[in-house]
Amino acid sequence: MHPIDTLLARHRFRAIELLPWLIAVAVYFVFGDYLPLGSQILIMILFALSLDLVLGYAGIVTLGHSAFFGVGAYAAGIYAAHVSGEPLSGLVLAACAAAVVGWLSGLVVLRTTGLTLLMLTLAVTALLAEAANKAGFITGGADGLQGMDIRPIFGLFRFDLFGRTAYLYCLAVLFLAWLFARRLVHSSFGRSLIGIRENTARMHAIGSPVRRRLLTIYTISAALAGVAGALLAQTTQFVGLTVLGFQRSGEIVIMLVFGGIGRLYGAFVGAGIYMIAQDQLAKLEPAFWYFWIGLLLVLLVMFARGGVLGLIDRILRR
Amino acid sequence: MTAALETIGLHKRFGALIVANDIHFRLDAGARHALIGPNGAGKTTLVNLITGRIPPSAGRILLGGDDITALPQAVRVRRGLGRTFQINTLFRGLSVLENVCLAVGEHHGIGGDMLRSLAARRAVLEGGYALLERLRIADDALTPVRELPYGRQRLVEIAIALGLRPTVLLLDEPAAGVPSTEIAIILDVIEQLPDDIAVLIIEHDMELVFRFARRITVLVQGSVLIEGTPAEIAADARVREVYLGEGHHG
Ligand SMILES: Nc1ncnc2c1ncn2[C@@H]1O[C@H](COP(=O)(O)OP(=O)(O)O)[C@@H](O)[C@H]1O
Ligand SMILES: [Mg+2]
Repeated sequence: MHPIDTLLARHRFRAIELLPWLIAVAVYFVFGDYLPLGSQILIMILFALSLDLVLGYAGIVTLGHSAFFGVGAYAAGIYAAHVSGEPLSGLVLAACAAAVVGWLSGLVVLRTTGLTLLMLTLAVTALLAEAANKAGFITGGADGLQGMDIRPIFGLFRFDLFGRTAYLYCLAVLFLAWLFARRLVHSSFGRSLIGIRENTARMHAIGSPVRRRLLTIYTISAALAGVAGALLAQTTQFVGLTVLGFQRSGEIVIMLVFGGIGRLYGAFVGAGIYMIAQDQLAKLEPAFWYFWIGLLLVLLVMFARGGVLGLIDRILRR
Repeated sequence: MTAALETIGLHKRFGALIVANDIHFRLDAGARHALIGPNGAGKTTLVNLITGRIPPSAGRILLGGDDITALPQAVRVRRGLGRTFQINTLFRGLSVLENVCLAVGEHHGIGGDMLRSLAARRAVLEGGYALLERLRIADDALTPVRELPYGRQRLVEIAIALGLRPTVLLLDEPAAGVPSTEIAIILDVIEQLPDDIAVLIIEHDMELVFRFARRITVLVQGSVLIEGTPAEIAADARVREVYLGEGHHG
């Protein structure tokens, strides 16, 4: 095959890419009791996917991505509690709110690199968390935001006690987000993000508006993270301060690194395994969970830099 | 005639060190110009100033008569200013073809495109592949750059710059560290560049310089010592003293 065709073929759809969706649908029918956990996993996958766009593709090392998750969650929550319980408009609002915060903070944060950038992303999250805490009259402060009444989707599908609607709702949103993200990373724009990750200096020297590209993907990623946060708010009908916490920011990085960054599917593998393992192990002994996570991280960094997917890649290539 | 590129009183200091001292330099369309001088003379710095990688302390830069001193790097590139790096500056994890296609894509103006069809991509890929053939690295089109031997990486370095179809091309020691077999490729490519492109080459290999250049500028400690034809430079006593006299690699 001509190298041009080989390269183009790499962007074409492969059957294996259907696997996550087959599993997700199978879960709905087989593990009916676990659907609330299933929804949580789908939400974290979406969150990790949004992080992969900036961390994995554009190489923006951030530890503050929960800022956008949290803004989305609060936007959707406040909207549902005070304006309307209609879920889809809530999602759109959350995406817009998170995008605005992403764009504004990106204007400042993306001027820097390395450790400074890392600290600034942390600072943005801390600022927002403190703001949410202080603005108790609207966010519920430390008690959390309650009193949401989410109306049926399209006026038809009511959120049920077993979490069936919620699961399918999250799955549908994740699927659309994935279609969008997939298109994005395979586009010229997506390739240029990889270029920036690989060598920013050269991207400048070939005439690429680096700062603008980074700001664009940062804003898009923030919007997707905001949607993930909104899904959490709507499906649990509660928003607590933890949505803006460092812990969530850190955990999402761990999930993505564990699955494999810059691969689009690392989010699925990482968030899936992490959440299931956490659910199972935490039942045994919650404190032990972090011991296992720590051990796992050490092993990953030492032996499998590309995460689980990187490891599979290497084994297949042998 | 307007110069393709001109610097007026260009000045740059790093702390107390003056690396560009009142540099008046001019490249006409179609120029074949060499910039020589001992290591540390400020040659790379001059390229960095011209391309906007670093800001000058004083002075102006004109591209095709327009003042570009305040413009960001990317805008200068889109106006036709291309460069290569003395130290390979490549997308190491990507294949050779992808490296070149990033440049070709930016040149076609589709670098920021989120939706364009595969057909537009194919045009870019074909443009990139043609360049690889020109530099005789098409065999390695799908090889990740980091796996290439150094000499071939140097060819990728040049291919990326050519992918921008610059009107002014600045080559910073393109042949440094390249095995002699591949130097011939580089020379061929440079000699076959379209006549209307203005080319500045920084080079230590005097044979290459005298074969290629129609004008030569000698830079010493940030200042232009002399500019002239190869014959004038070869005959100049000061040049022999500060540069040629110290051996070719000063
Ligand atoms: N970013 C920088 N900061 C401080 N000094 C620099 C910087 N870049 C180059 N220099 C110094 O400027 C001088 C000229 O360097 P350079 O332009 O690379 O020389 P050449 O390319 O002619 O060998 C050297 O003494 C070098 O150490
Ligand atoms: Mg140099």
